[in-house]
Amino acid sequence: MRKNAAKIVLITVSTILALLTATPLVWMALASVMPTGQASSFPIRLLPDAVTLEHYATLFDRLHIGRYFLNSLMVSISITLISLFVNSLAGYAFAKFRFGGRDKLFRMLLAALVIPAQVTMLPLFLMLNTMGLVNTYLGVIIPGIASIFGIFVIRQFALSIPDSLIEAARIDGAGDLRIYFTLILPLCRPILVTLAIFTFMGTWNDFLWPLIVMTDDSMYTLPVALASLAGEHVQDTELMMAGSVMTVLPVLVLFMALQRYYVRGIMMGSVKG
Amino acid sequence: MTIATRTQPQIITTALFLSPALSVLAAFFFVPVLSSFLLSFTDFDIYALGNLEYLRFVGLKNYESLLNDPLFWKALQNTFFFVFVGGPLSVLFSLSTALLLNAKLAPWRGLFRLIYFAPVVTTLVAVAVVWRYLYHPRFGLLNSLLGLFGLSPIDWLGDPTWAMPAIILLAIWKNFGYNMLIFIAGLQNIPDELYEAARIDGAGALMQFWNITLPQLAPTSLFVGLTTMIGYFQLFAEPYVMTQGGPMNSTLSIVLLMYQHGFRWWSIGYAASIAFVLFAMIFIVSLVQVKLQKGMQES
Repeated sequence: MRKNAAKIVLITVSTILALLTATPLVWMALASVMPTGQASSFPIRLLPDAVTLEHYATLFDRLHIGRYFLNSLMVSISITLISLFVNSLAGYAFAKFRFGGRDKLFRMLLAALVIPAQVTMLPLFLMLNTMGLVNTYLGVIIPGIASIFGIFVIRQFALSIPDSLIEAARIDGAGDLRIYFTLILPLCRPILVTLAIFTFMGTWNDFLWPLIVMTDDSMYTLPVALASLAGEHVQDTELMMAGSVMTVLPVLVLFMALQRYYVRGIMMGSVKG
Repeated sequence: MTIATRTQPQIITTALFLSPALSVLAAFFFVPVLSSFLLSFTDFDIYALGNLEYLRFVGLKNYESLLNDPLFWKALQNTFFFVFVGGPLSVLFSLSTALLLNAKLAPWRGLFRLIYFAPVVTTLVAVAVVWRYLYHPRFGLLNSLLGLFGLSPIDWLGDPTWAMPAIILLAIWKNFGYNMLIFIAGLQNIPDELYEAARIDGAGALMQFWNITLPQLAPTSLFVGLTTMIGYFQLFAEPYVMTQGGPMNSTLSIVLLMYQHGFRWWSIGYAASIAFVLFAMIFIVSLVQVKLQKGMQES
């Protein structure tokens, strides 16, 4: 009897909380297909009377959202691929190569994790300015090429690879690069997948750095474009909701599809300390 | 032919593997950190941007100006409010939802976990845009929800007393799922024997929570609390999108102030000194984290 009552309370509380949590995202999706003006009318309605895709059409035809989408995709994919390669080279070396000062160097890198990225942005912008890289993809990508956290995570994983495997490959005459490509990378696949998802999502959602570097609106990434449109089209609720759907949907779908890897990544981060 | 198997790669190979990452980090992270520090002692502004001859070393003048800048104190106060009120509230909410989902009686835990977690992966700028409409005094869902309970509408983003709480509410919604997952892992790591022993001793659910769950979760809570605070110090996109720091500077944050000085008014030297104040605050919190963690490991 008491157990049943407790169960009912648990279900009720969890369900109410789930409804409240989902509401902003569900309302965003519903409002994006409402006819103009319906999302800001009184009394408030949740369901559209008629479904329309006109706001999506406006975004593509007049507001170049296709371009912003491609910019975001370009930047996120480049950073993900390049940083995985660069970080895995270093992570593997820190885990398995023996050289003087290795542990000291690694500890120094870890200590630098406390420095917030915002501290680097002013001089970085000035550097890019002298290099002519302001308002270019490369300008947004450059600081993302290597990450201390990425090196750390790959090193921790690579430590678990038995030395005997690597030595056996050496005895068979494989060079270090060949060992890296044919042995280490395949063995590190789980961590690389997790890190790839984290990097892609992090870059896709990133705002401050692309806001600083992309000065011309044809180069905006989705979040930067959305923030700029939100300033100009304050009254166009339905249009802004369609823009938000376009920005959020790719990462949400990616998360749903690869949930398992993503959750594992969080647990790894939390062990980090 | 002798069989001389190298067990270790040569120094040149090591350099080959490390140099891409280390040179990028050196050039685009460590050098900028140092330059930023140096910049904070100069009057680098829009004229210096055009011609470096206008650049002057000004010693501690930027830091002195900061101390006399009422906007800086306002931004500091707002950021502290967000960190020290919003941070603990976020953590408490995460802990409550973790306990809710960890209750063995509850069905569909996987589904609920997925829903609670969804806001974490969304784009901050996009959900800030969405919430700006949810907070609309007349057409916003939140006020109509309050209306259901007979409460009068609030001008969430237009009223200086409510704007920061509104941003905190958005931050809690956006972030609680992340720490919830970490708390669930922490809860699952508590050995069942502890609870069994307590039951044999006749401890009720509340006693078990107070004497076993909470102390066992202490390391997790510490980790979660301090990382949340470090993240919250960097508040930027929410006020940028929702309020532009207003009304009456009630949501102006340290990073927003740095952005405005550095990239809107090009007073880069001054902005660099703001960046270092941010660094100093985060550094202190990290130091506390390391000290407390060491203390826990020893005890």
